[in-house]
Amino acid sequence: MAPDRPFGVVPRPAAQRGFPPSRTERMATESLASQPDADGGLRRLIDRAFAGDRMSLARAISLVENEAPEARAVLDAAFPRTGGGVRVGITGPPGAGKSTLVSQLARHYRGRGERVAVVAVDPTSPFSGGALLGDRVRMAELAGDEGLFIRSMASRGSLGGLAVTTTEVCDLLEAAGFTRVLVETVGVGQSELEVAEAVDSVLVVLVPESGDGVQAMKAGLMEIGDLFVLNKADREGAERAAQELRAVLGLKQPAPGSWTPPVLLTVARNGEGVPALAEQVERHLEHLRTQQLLAARRRLRLHARVSELVYQRATRQLRARVDAARWEAILTALEERRLSPHQAAARLWNEAWPDEAAAAPEPAPGTCPEEEGTRS
Amino acid sequence: MNQPPPVPRPAAATPGAAPAARGRDALFETISGNPVAPVYTSADDAGRDPARDVGVPGDYPYTRGIHPTMYRGRLWTMRQFAGFGSARQTNARFRYLLEHGQTGLSVAFDVPTLMGFDSDDPKALGEVGMCGVAVDSLADMEVLFAGIALGEITTSMTINGPAAIVWALFLAAAEKQGVPFAQLGGTLQNDCFKEFIAQKCWCFPPRPAVRLVVDTIEYATRHLPRWNSVSVSGYHIREAGATAAQELAFTLKDGFTYVEEAVKAGLDVDEFAPRLSFFFNAHMDFFEEIAKYRAARRIYARHMREVYRAKDPRSWQLRFHTQTAGCSLTAQQPENNIVRTAIEALAGVLGGTQSLHTNSMDETLALPSDKAVKIALRTQQIIAHETGVTNTADPLGGSYYVEALTDRLEREAEAYFREIDARGGVVAGIESGYFQREIHRASYRYQQEVEAKQRIIVGVNGFVEPDAKLEIPILAIDPQVEEDQVAALAGLRATRDNDLVQRRLAALTAASRDERQNLMPHLIDCARAYATQGEMRHAMGEVFGEYREAPEF
Amino acid sequence: MERKIRVLVAKAGLDGHDRGAKVVAAAFRDAGFEVIYTGLHQTPDQVVEAAVQEDVDVVALSLLSGAHMTLFPAVLRSLREKGATHVLLTGGGIIPPQDMEALIKQGVGKLFGPGSPTAEAVAYIREWCAAHPRTI
Repeated sequence: MAPDRPFGVVPRPAAQRGFPPSRTERMATESLASQPDADGGLRRLIDRAFAGDRMSLARAISLVENEAPEARAVLDAAFPRTGGGVRVGITGPPGAGKSTLVSQLARHYRGRGERVAVVAVDPTSPFSGGALLGDRVRMAELAGDEGLFIRSMASRGSLGGLAVTTTEVCDLLEAAGFTRVLVETVGVGQSELEVAEAVDSVLVVLVPESGDGVQAMKAGLMEIGDLFVLNKADREGAERAAQELRAVLGLKQPAPGSWTPPVLLTVARNGEGVPALAEQVERHLEHLRTQQLLAARRRLRLHARVSELVYQRATRQLRARVDAARWEAILTALEERRLSPHQAAARLWNEAWPDEAAAAPEPAPGTCPEEEGTRS
Repeated sequence: MNQPPPVPRPAAATPGAAPAARGRDALFETISGNPVAPVYTSADDAGRDPARDVGVPGDYPYTRGIHPTMYRGRLWTMRQFAGFGSARQTNARFRYLLEHGQTGLSVAFDVPTLMGFDSDDPKALGEVGMCGVAVDSLADMEVLFAGIALGEITTSMTINGPAAIVWALFLAAAEKQGVPFAQLGGTLQNDCFKEFIAQKCWCFPPRPAVRLVVDTIEYATRHLPRWNSVSVSGYHIREAGATAAQELAFTLKDGFTYVEEAVKAGLDVDEFAPRLSFFFNAHMDFFEEIAKYRAARRIYARHMREVYRAKDPRSWQLRFHTQTAGCSLTAQQPENNIVRTAIEALAGVLGGTQSLHTNSMDETLALPSDKAVKIALRTQQIIAHETGVTNTADPLGGSYYVEALTDRLEREAEAYFREIDARGGVVAGIESGYFQREIHRASYRYQQEVEAKQRIIVGVNGFVEPDAKLEIPILAIDPQVEEDQVAALAGLRATRDNDLVQRRLAALTAASRDERQNLMPHLIDCARAYATQGEMRHAMGEVFGEYREAPEF
Repeated sequence: MERKIRVLVAKAGLDGHDRGAKVVAAAFRDAGFEVIYTGLHQTPDQVVEAAVQEDVDVVALSLLSGAHMTLFPAVLRSLREKGATHVLLTGGGIIPPQDMEALIKQGVGKLFGPGSPTAEAVAYIREWCAAHPRTI
């Protein structure tokens, strides 16, 4: 029935050179190998997607989500069209009513003329590799609205609560003219950090029952929330939980000019508290703008994205320049303790880029304490 | 949320058996997953007080039956659920069944009617008359019961979300026949909880839905002494995939919640409790079902007397209707379903049911044909007249196995009651998705057991005949029914007094805002004016809002 | 990366029987598909709108209300209108064999009546997706 190894931990089949191919490596090699876009089909798809054709947009999203060879072209075309929209993240434990709240927020923004996209991320089962994406169903009353686009994504093995390509999918949606992108994810494990890196403003949604757990609440959630929402506030203990939460948040030493996350009460089921929440989100965005924080945050995020891509590029280059036999030899030397891991890395690096190595030689053994150990 | 797939359990070792005695490789568990011992003996009677726990039929706690003589005094009512197409076609089927010996009517409505939609509503497209009869207004009710003396038979109506509305239409029709309300006998299913939990034909959110149920209970208590205002249902909960213990527990807990709500509204428990009734499923695990009915009676009696302090013995007696399990029927080799239905019906009878519906063999494929429904009726008649099981009450009383099963089901039900209480009660459980989750898990586990061949279903995953051809006639619904119904509605709206209708609907909306008002008189007024179902639902919907489900996995 | 199969499990019309749809959805998840469940009471247009936005490979429609001869063709029509003819429309429920044949002739895929093992539907979808690889 289920595979006997958890999905995502199984090493992918080795590529020709004996290593699992990195993302950029795959995209690059596959697009080298693929036919050139002779009939302009891809270009047409991209144009239609950005012009508002939903089927084309959805297919473009799939290309990106599946890390297909065509994804690079799609993303490169999309990126110049991004930056004008706002991304809001909604996270929190399961059962807090996030989807219902997202639905209400979406409706609110639609009412103000914004074009709204929702990306709802749910975890992929580590056992089967499949996923039940159950957020869309809670937004059913928004169906049929042309200015709204909802896409469900599975995390596909990513441990952080977002899928690896979630940020890129948001790029596409922005490029297609959606001025508000709402990203919904379940706050488990380390996922809170990922969502904070992907959006401008983070809403953490809790329910009064988690009030007892304010003490036990994960530090991660407390750190990254720009706004805190106590949903299902018609339940017992809502006010008390709000006060507890405010007390805990107040323990952080505020830096001058910083933002104090508000704690808001909502009943998402009937929309109570949603306009006030939306207003606070605007206030936060305004704060970010006036304090130059919005630009700074986005710059940091771009930095992180590009660093990641550069890293992947470097890895690909390394693998292209140092063949499998050399790797095997170095690994054997490590096993036999003739090399330390740092030395091994230096060795591989020098073999990949011998010119740089000659120009700036590594320090000789003995001059750096951490380089002690036998040399082959 | 995602979780690892439940691993199908290996065939349970029979408890206490030496390896040599283990026998065949099969799951020796009831269909609900309870392990069964190879044999039960008098040792299993230990701890039971026969006088207190088993008793005699007709005496508290009614484990053995609510009447001293049971079927010697009177046979169960043979009540075949029927309805399809137009009111005229259903009327013909009713008269056919009454001619062939059926003793009470049970009306099946189509899905738009079950949800409170008129036949010309865009959402009703393709569904009018498909699963039951389409009833939009008093005009349809008049045709439905033409030539049938409502004062002389009992009529059961399977309607829930819009039950109060449809009942109003029925009462207006009876009035037109000249039958005083006090003479009308019958049952309204009217169980909104199981809609949210299982059948999913709701009209309004839980709290206004409960208010309507209480209004009908109150109205019946005051004006229709022969009428059963609620048939608290487990049938659908079971069909949705629940186990026998879940069916038992969730149904009884729903019933107790209605009791609490009616008492809160100011009724004395003994005023209405004698007219509460129940509706259970009869599934294939023969002895488990029999034990379930016996446990139901005992649990109900105990709670009604000890917890709700009812004083009238009739308030302690659980009366129930049974339907054989639709979900046990197979599309493959459909004639086998006749056998399944017969076994299930026998379980219902040995369990002491007050009325019984037997399914037809072709119901996995379509609504029953005349021939199939007749065989289903004959099944009951053969059990009643040829088998001798009616010669004595509770024939299986005292059986080591059946009494042990009865005790166990009672214990399991009580555990569920505690669980539900801990979650804040039935409405809270519905809102948090508790019932729906439990039921989905049970149904998924069952499906996995079947696919792993741990449970054999003849014709489906064992004794399969892949090339068998279907030999039975299937009832086809003429799509013309929808067209005719839409046309009839247009005619009705044009010829009735629309000012009167609007005034009555406005009064209904106003009354909906006031929790203390009983809505039945307003609904009957609207019915008399030929307002349609959809119009009445909208009028109340302005105040009550709509319900949207958040599905649970 | 191994292509993920995305399936929309849909309930259309007023039919409230969702036991089968939910069991099938869970089985699909356990088979490694990404499953989006529409919930109850969807119109054909809503079903297809969701199918388009989610760019699914398959729409699996569950119907036990007898309205299949209206609703399956309506979904097919809507798929065509919205440019989603590459999507497989399959499903199951209470559908007599002769109606299944009629629907298949109209362009619906294989249909699964009561008693069909979920494993069969899983295998069918896998085969179909392998035989109909995606182009841009």
